[in-house]
Amino acid sequence: MTTSALLDVRGLSRNFGAVMAAADINVSVSAGEIVGIVGANGAGKTVFLNLITGYLRPTTGTVFFQGQDITGLQPRQITRLGICRSFQMSQLFINMTVFENLLLAAAISHESNFLRDIRSSKKVGDVDRTLREFRLHDRRDQLVRELPQGLRKLLDIAMAMISNPSLVMLDEPTSGISTEEKFDFMEALMTVLAKSSTTIFIIEHDMDLIQRFTTRVLAFAYGRIICDGSAEDTLRDPRVVQHVLGGDSALD
Amino acid sequence: MRFGPHRIVRFALGSALLIVVGLLVPGWLLNQLMFGFARGLAVLGLLVLFRAGLVSLGAALYFGLGAYSIALLQRGAGIDDAIVLVLLASTISTVVGFVLGFLLKRYRGIFFAMMNLALSMILYGAVVKNRTLGSTDGFSIAQPRFFGMLFTDPSHVKLALFSLLVVVVAGAMYFVQIYLNSTLGWIGAAIRDKEIRVEYLGYSAERAIHIKYTISACLGGLGGAFLALTLGQVDPDSMLNWVVSGELLFVLIFSGTASILAPFIGSFLFELLRTYALELTPIAWQFIIGGTLVLLILFAPNGVWSIFELMTSRKRT
Repeated sequence: MTTSALLDVRGLSRNFGAVMAAADINVSVSAGEIVGIVGANGAGKTVFLNLITGYLRPTTGTVFFQGQDITGLQPRQITRLGICRSFQMSQLFINMTVFENLLLAAAISHESNFLRDIRSSKKVGDVDRTLREFRLHDRRDQLVRELPQGLRKLLDIAMAMISNPSLVMLDEPTSGISTEEKFDFMEALMTVLAKSSTTIFIIEHDMDLIQRFTTRVLAFAYGRIICDGSAEDTLRDPRVVQHVLGGDSALD
Repeated sequence: MRFGPHRIVRFALGSALLIVVGLLVPGWLLNQLMFGFARGLAVLGLLVLFRAGLVSLGAALYFGLGAYSIALLQRGAGIDDAIVLVLLASTISTVVGFVLGFLLKRYRGIFFAMMNLALSMILYGAVVKNRTLGSTDGFSIAQPRFFGMLFTDPSHVKLALFSLLVVVVAGAMYFVQIYLNSTLGWIGAAIRDKEIRVEYLGYSAERAIHIKYTISACLGGLGGAFLALTLGQVDPDSMLNWVVSGELLFVLIFSGTASILAPFIGSFLFELLRTYALELTPIAWQFIIGGTLVLLILFAPNGVWSIFELMTSRKRT
């Protein structure tokens, strides 16, 4: 078992009937890396994320996190160990306010006494700080169901970040955000994330963003990692051009 | 809002005031208050579930369990102190709720509702077919003692029971309020919106529902226990049948779910409405009650409580 790697994935596979959604994935990630995940629709990007975070169980293979075998654990157990995620479609408590969503996230990860009045939690200050960092403070008391999509994505990520995870996995953070705003959105987001020492996985379709913000890229096709390297090298790799950029470049 | 002595004092004063009211009102109204508050406890239990988006069609299971525990403990074990009886009855329903909770925590929506209904009908069937459990006739309940005292005047018994009921209602409201304002209570509300997110924040939604279900069972048992003591009898059709579950759910919607006071006010008003409807048209009283609910859902979908809220907010502005 390598102890230097934060996340160590070995021979991870998952099939749905005859479809190999993940096929023998091997990857090792060190603390502090910002890893982009690219691939055409159906290439297995989200499946990979779901396998790591416990939403899906692998058919075979093992996942080590900080040297500990986390294969087959429940999402809540994996979350408690320090892997958090955001969702492609934001998963929020829409009948609560922005503040309440974040306060609940903070209380679950940091409070020891769950019977204490949540509004008197020591974490209220942290929540307001995080709201300012994510530029959500002027929407503090607005119900999430009245919030525009882009801000929902931000809140979704803020809720993952407030527990100070060691590893955060962002599933298409800029989907649903207009092309003009994408870059600003990512710039703001990455500035916030840079303050923490969190290791980051980002699933993203926009290759400009990948090139600008990631230190390493995993290219997925047919459930496999077909290329693993720096953004520069990966995006120039002929297999990536064929399977990721070629056929589906019209999507971007 | 903060908890602590301040809030306890308010609850104590409120209880004392209610007990004085109990002293002053005529007997028939005191009866209505007691029926209302007893059912209100079970309705508060349904409210706790409803806050997580869960609706039970089997509330009579715990209501009946509480009621029958009183009768059986009195007859079988010879326990005749009201406080001990109530304590044991609520313990029994809480324990049963906790055990069945391991099964129920896995179900949502219509499956949760129907699974509860099924379980309650199993108990109903067992009681109706079993002579030692009173069969279709049920049991009568003897006058209980209070702290070892046996009152000779029935109105004193009633008043003592009412005082106990008020204290239990205040205690139940106090603890449910603490629960609903806590992290655990918020997790319940969050489950209603997005269960998967709760898991990804690091808490088990099933555990949160299990706790909710157990609280609800405890309150249901308390409600049934007090109704049995107030009526002086238990019988399967007014304590255990699925009609009782339906009625409790009816009162929940009638009352509204925005406040923990709502179940008690709504439940009391419902008792009054039913009494007057019965007096007015003994044949068509259900028509009046059904019509009232239709009007409420049309014009005040958040129940009687929302009308109260509207009135108080108008006063303020």
